[in-house]
This record gives sequence, structure tokens and C-alpha cells, in this order.
Amino acid sequence: MAEKYRETARVITQEAIGNGIYSMWLQTTDIGKAARPGQFISVYSKDRSRMLPRPISICETEPEGAVRIVYRVAGKGTEEFSRLGSGDTLEILGPLGNGFPLERMAEGKKTFLIGGGIGIPPMVELAKRLPGEKQIVVGYRDARLFLKEDLEKNGSVYVATENGSYGTAGNVLDCIRENNLEADVIYACGPTPMLRALKAYAQEKGIECWLSLEEKMACGIGACLACVCQSKEVDDHSRVHNKRVCKEGPVFLSTEIEL
Amino acid sequence: MSINMSVKIAGVELKNPVMTASGTFGSGMEYSEFVDLNRLGAVVTKGVANVPWAGNPTPRIAETCGGMMNAIGLQNPGIDTFVKRDLPFLQKYDTKVIVNVCGKSTEDYCEVVERLAEESVDLLEINISCPNVKEGGIAFGQNPRAVEAITAEIRKHAKQPVIMKLSPNVTDITETARAAEAGGADALSLINTLTGMKIDVHRRTFALANKTGGLSGPAIRPVAVRMVYQTAQAVKLPIIGMGGITCAEDALEFILAGASAVSVGTANFRNPETTLEVIDGIAEYMRKYQIKDIRELIGSVK
Repeated sequence: MAEKYRETARVITQEAIGNGIYSMWLQTTDIGKAARPGQFISVYSKDRSRMLPRPISICETEPEGAVRIVYRVAGKGTEEFSRLGSGDTLEILGPLGNGFPLERMAEGKKTFLIGGGIGIPPMVELAKRLPGEKQIVVGYRDARLFLKEDLEKNGSVYVATENGSYGTAGNVLDCIRENNLEADVIYACGPTPMLRALKAYAQEKGIECWLSLEEKMACGIGACLACVCQSKEVDDHSRVHNKRVCKEGPVFLSTEIEL
Repeated sequence: MSINMSVKIAGVELKNPVMTASGTFGSGMEYSEFVDLNRLGAVVTKGVANVPWAGNPTPRIAETCGGMMNAIGLQNPGIDTFVKRDLPFLQKYDTKVIVNVCGKSTEDYCEVVERLAEESVDLLEINISCPNVKEGGIAFGQNPRAVEAITAEIRKHAKQPVIMKLSPNVTDITETARAAEAGGADALSLINTLTGMKIDVHRRTFALANKTGGLSGPAIRPVAVRMVYQTAQAVKLPIIGMGGITCAEDALEFILAGASAVSVGTANFRNPETTLEVIDGIAEYMRKYQIKDIRELIGSVK
């Protein structure tokens, strides 16, 4: 069983990097060292009236334990986190979930790293650690791009915007087609319609496709069964068709889940 | 000062009065990374039925001010897997095992209870907030006659003492408490969650796929303490109190109101070590006020 750590992390820096999107670097003791791309942390509010942790994906890590999260303010909890600055502390638990399977990557394979909106952050660390030729395809609402320069350090980046104000007008699949891109494996994180389209695309092309899902969570460690997704096979935990996004996921092979 | 924190529930002695609330702690496996289960008075498992239940569609949870709502739908692996996998895990620990049982019909409950008769389980807790499919889906726990009938039927099949877990979604909790007592219950636990609803105004839809869900957490604590107090006045059975306990002071409210033991539920999500903090905090309180035996506190506020 992978180690999980409860820590009081210290904020190194935080900055707004886009439309309600924040980038925070946290100094951790163990979480940063243990984390793999595609894993997440539970972040706890200081306000005791907010009982549930916010699951936030890990954007990148540094070998000495720093962890970067990039998140969108979606409510009062994330709003509270966005007000923190250098030297403030934050209760976190992690690393949680399985992460993207790096070890399956054979040399010489071409990959797609696909992120949509607030699903883009985990692609930063994945791009750093994945060997081979990486084509990073990212979809935004508009030209207010974020993390593009970070991604460009480790692969060729292709951008789509919903309103056509930058790169391909449309979604990440439009961008793949417009640039005549091809790959052997897909790694993706983003909104469900995007993941659904990628699952269909991967099936049509006959390629392996790893999808990182999002679901409302409570415990974050596999006990409460709030965050399930529908699985093809009977799951090991409950003997039904419900895999836990926080435990067996958040990353699943597209063919093992229904979307 | 040496203090005694052990309490007895239906003849079963717990080393302290603190246990986990069903559904918030699985079968202890996931939380054992954070909590030494040996320290707990008991582990109350997530509800188990006669067959696996898939539960409800997602979203299954939503946060509310001072609490949360859930409509998990009692997803569980069924009694076979539970007996093969979860019970052997719990038996490795020096804590009491309380198995929470759910069902869609009286027969479902009895089947589970019978399967557990020969297992090393200390107590059974019966979740009667499930809809009775044979009676048009009304929860067993909302009708005193149904509570008495199902309690009596389960009692006939059960080897271990039976704790009936009462629903707070009733006009008068003492009616269902008395009904459970009349049916032969050995103990009561209360409260289960309060039925609620949350609407996402931005998406203009229900926050939960199930539309309604069970409200839990500190927001419901005063309601729970009141119901424990009323029930303690109405019946002679030992009571396990729960509803929004996050610290020792919260737990002590229940104990002073008449609970012999307490369960920590939603707070586990915010802090996995809450149960341990509650145990330590109660001990500290007893030392501070020179209370030698926790039994002096139970129901002492009248």
C-alpha cells in the first residue's frame, strides 16, 4: 500500500495565473517526494464549518518535497486557499490515488498528453517524467492561457480555444485533426465530455487511452464510497460495477470504465 | 488519578465509549493507516446487506454549512465478501466489532443476521432507515409498529445483542425508541442522518443525483443531543449517541444527555484521527473534573 501523509504544509508562493486560477507552491516533508504524476492531495479548510477536504490534482513536484497545485476557485473553500500567501500553512493529505502509469511507456512510443481547462495541471509533471516524443494538446475557453510555457519545456504544445481566440477554434480533438497529429498512447484529464470523446477516438484508432476522472469526494481514501465511476468489470471492493475514483483511480484505462 | 473509561453495551464491555459511525469508516481498512484501531471502543462497519448493492448514481455527496449530505445508497459488497474479507481484517485488532446491517425487506435483514451468528462479531446494529420495498418504500424506522415488528423478527434470528439504529425523521423519537424496546432491542443508536436537500443554483439542479440525502455533521448535533436526552428518559436501554461529534466536548454532551457510548462519523472525513482525539479529550476532562468512572457522567444532566 502506497504511503499517505498528513502534513501541515507551508506556502512558498502563490499567484493568480488566469481567470480565477491560482498556482500555489507548498513545501511538504514527504508528500512531494512520494507523489507521482496524476495523483492528488486532499486540502482542508481552516473554517471548521467546511467538513470536507478539497481534492486537488498535483501539478508538479520538486525533488526536495515542494508541491505545486494549480486550481480554479470554485467555491468558498478554494476561495479561502486563494487568499493564502508565503509563510501561511495548509493542512493536506496525500499523495492520493493511483496516478498515470509511466512504467508502461515503451521507448520510441509517441504520446498525447491532453488537458482540458482545469484538467491541464497534472500534465505538467507527467510531461516532465514521461520519456519519448510528447505532443501536448490543451484546450481552454479563451485566449487566457495558463501553464503553456511550463508545458513547452517538455514537449510540443498545441492549443485549442472554445471561442477560437487562440490556436485551433474548437476542442482538443479538433486541434489534433487540424494539426494531423497521431500517437500510440493517450493520457488525458479534463471535463467528462472531453474524456468521453477521447475514449471514442481511442477506440476508433485502436490505441491505449488513460483518463483521469473527477468526482465529488468525501474521505479521499476509499472508505466512504462517494466518488465511484461505472466500471466494465466487477470491482474488487463492493463486487458491483463501481470503482472508487479516489482509490482505484483517478486514472483509468478508457476501456475499463463507462462514461 | 486512575480513571475508568470502559462502558457496557448490552453485556459487551468496551474499553472506552468511542466508536466509528457506520458508513464513514468502511470496515476500518482504509482508516487503519491513520488510526490505531486497537485504541477504539468499537469499530462499527459500513452497512452490509445479504447481496452486493450498487448504490446510487453520482454525485453522492454535497457539503453544507457545518455538515454534508450523502446519498451513497448503501453500496456494499454483500455478506459473503464481508465475512471472507472484512471480518478477518477486523479480528486482527483488539477492539469490539459492531456490524451494521441493512436490507430492503425483513427477510434480507434476517438472512444477514443469521449469517453472522457463528462469526466473531460482538454486536449487531440494524439500520432501519432503509426503504421497505414490500411496503411501498417507506423506511422501516418511520413507523413505530414496523420498528417493533422488525426488531422482534431480527431478535429471533440474531445470536448477538441487537442495537436498533433509530431514524430522526419522525415526529416523536420516543415512540420509535419504545417500539424498539418492546420488540426486544438490546440497545439503541441514534441519530441516523436527517433527510435534506441542496440545490445548486448555478447549475439549477439538485446537488445530489438522488435529489435528497442524509444530512450529517455538526449542523445536526443539537437535534441529536435532544433526541438522545428524550430517548434516555423514555427507555431503559443503553444508548449510543451520534450526530456531529468532532471533539471530546461534543461527545460529552451526548454522554451527559444519557448516551453510554458515542460514534464519530462525518468528522472522520475532516480529520481521520478524530476518534483518538475524542478518547484522549474525554480522559483529560475526567482528570480535570476528578471523575473516576465515566459511568458517573452518563445521563447525569437531567
